Amino acid sequence: MGKTFAEKVMAKAAGIEQATAGQVINVYPDLIMSHAASWRCIRTLEKMGTDELYDVNRIAMVMDHNSPARTAKTAADQKLCRAFAKRKGIEKFYDVDAGIAHVVLMEDGHVRPGMVLIGTDSHSTIYGALGAAGTGVGFSEVTATWVSGYLWMKVPNSIKVVINGPLSPGTTAKDVMLKLIGDVSADGGTYCSIEFHGSYVQGLSVSERMTLCNLAMELGAKFAYVPPDEVTRAYLAERGVQPHEYEEIYPDEDAVYSKVITIDGAELTPHIACPHTVDHVLPISAVAGQKVDQVFIGSCANAKYDDLAQAAAILKGHKVAPGVRLIVTPASKHVLERIVKDGIFSTLLESGAMLTNPGCGACAGDGGVMADGEVTLSTANRNFQGRMGSYHAQIYLGSPAVAAATAIRGVITDPSEFFAKEASRT
Amino acid sequence: MKARGRCWKFGDNIPTDQIVRADRVLLSMQDMAKHVLENLNPDFARSVKPGDILVAGKHFGQSSGRAVAPKAIQATGVGAVVVEYASRLFYRNCFEIGLPILECAGITNFVHDGDILSVDMTDGRIHNETTQQTVYANPVDPFLMDMLRAGGIIPMAAKLAGED
Repeated sequence: MGKTFAEKVMAKAAGIEQATAGQVINVYPDLIMSHAASWRCIRTLEKMGTDELYDVNRIAMVMDHNSPARTAKTAADQKLCRAFAKRKGIEKFYDVDAGIAHVVLMEDGHVRPGMVLIGTDSHSTIYGALGAAGTGVGFSEVTATWVSGYLWMKVPNSIKVVINGPLSPGTTAKDVMLKLIGDVSADGGTYCSIEFHGSYVQGLSVSERMTLCNLAMELGAKFAYVPPDEVTRAYLAERGVQPHEYEEIYPDEDAVYSKVITIDGAELTPHIACPHTVDHVLPISAVAGQKVDQVFIGSCANAKYDDLAQAAAILKGHKVAPGVRLIVTPASKHVLERIVKDGIFSTLLESGAMLTNPGCGACAGDGGVMADGEVTLSTANRNFQGRMGSYHAQIYLGSPAVAAATAIRGVITDPSEFFAKEASRT
Repeated sequence: MKARGRCWKFGDNIPTDQIVRADRVLLSMQDMAKHVLENLNPDFARSVKPGDILVAGKHFGQSSGRAVAPKAIQATGVGAVVVEYASRLFYRNCFEIGLPILECAGITNFVHDGDILSVDMTDGRIHNETTQQTVYANPVDPFLMDMLRAGGIIPMAAKLAGED
């Protein structure tokens, strides 16, 4: 009987011959990421009464939420992390200027095919974009793994999602995922590994793969995975990572899946997650015209270079609607550098956007919060009540293209009309 | 591993964002405990007593990892959490900190808010003293029971390190 990606990658990380869904095994993660919760891990370590770490080279720390600090308490927490990283010689320490942990670690070549990674952030599923198994855990678990090197994990069942491409114009990986989450609901993939296959993902950009794998968390998934290919290898090579430094893992043809879901990309239209759950999804035609007070382009789901480029292409030559706040928070310092260099930064500014420093920003309620009764259209991955300020505010989720079109009109807008104009110009 | 107390009943699909709101996560644990589930039932954090049982529906603790969510529930004094089923990350996070949690299909039809429940983690027995009825939850993996008995992953890891 064939094996899934999850079964193979976990057997490898556990150093055992084979693993089967349902089995509980001890896994040695290749990388242990902690972000805003790092200070909690350090405090927990103090309670353990040991200072010996299994392997500092497997530890990465990124100060991404609440950065730069806005309270003395947060500043003290970050100071603690900085000092700890220095004392322990943690080379993969990224300070408040770096950006969102997931994006930073991938951009710097620390995430590679065949790895198992754990992180204090639920969206660690994003690492599947490079053929790695990433999953969120608690901060005490991270601390225990710092010391022991291993962590218990249950080998998950796997769901195969086959996406037939190409997508219809104006739709993106975000729309694929919102539609899927709406169809199968927010617990449709609980404790499962979600494998993305089909002609759409073959040759797809790493940026869009990241969006697929990031949003898989909103299905309750443990891992997400896109099979590595030439695109993956080229992405890694650009970062100085050569094929002999990683092991690509593929599921067997006859692997056993608990479910197979097929999506027809040509039929897809832009979709929106409506308040107050990520699985309350409607086609954009059903919510177009909804007035917004704020548009947020940010988060580990959709603030990568390609996302900002897509938004800028629509915003170019237009102005943000009067009374609407457009907040753009690049995912990382690298992204910021790139958009400054190639003029996207200026395009966004000229349209009336305000740009903030890289990081999680408004997605985690750090700035960009709303007053009672206000509405935000966000490119992030969550819209629960109270997540962005007032409990009596509303968050709609959509793609960067939808966000840009919505910022221009001041109401939720299908970006297709802008794409149609583009097409007629050329 | 037993708990007995008043049942505090909540609904389905409650995200960690509702258990501890984003604007509360940097409070001290003691203060965070005063705001647990505040928008769904403000009485809960004010009136909960040590040993009380928190009951909720399906996919409890979905969304953000926010490991402080179970920690804050623990800090309220809740003796056990019983849900239809939990999100993967919330389930893990309960064991890592030593907060007893059971998954029991049908539990939300079996109890009313305010009933007196007794819960036994070792065999998953849930007895409703108010209605005099008993149900059994899914058994907990023996290895996870060890973690609960140790008080969480940190005491367990420290104990294992001591034995080496």
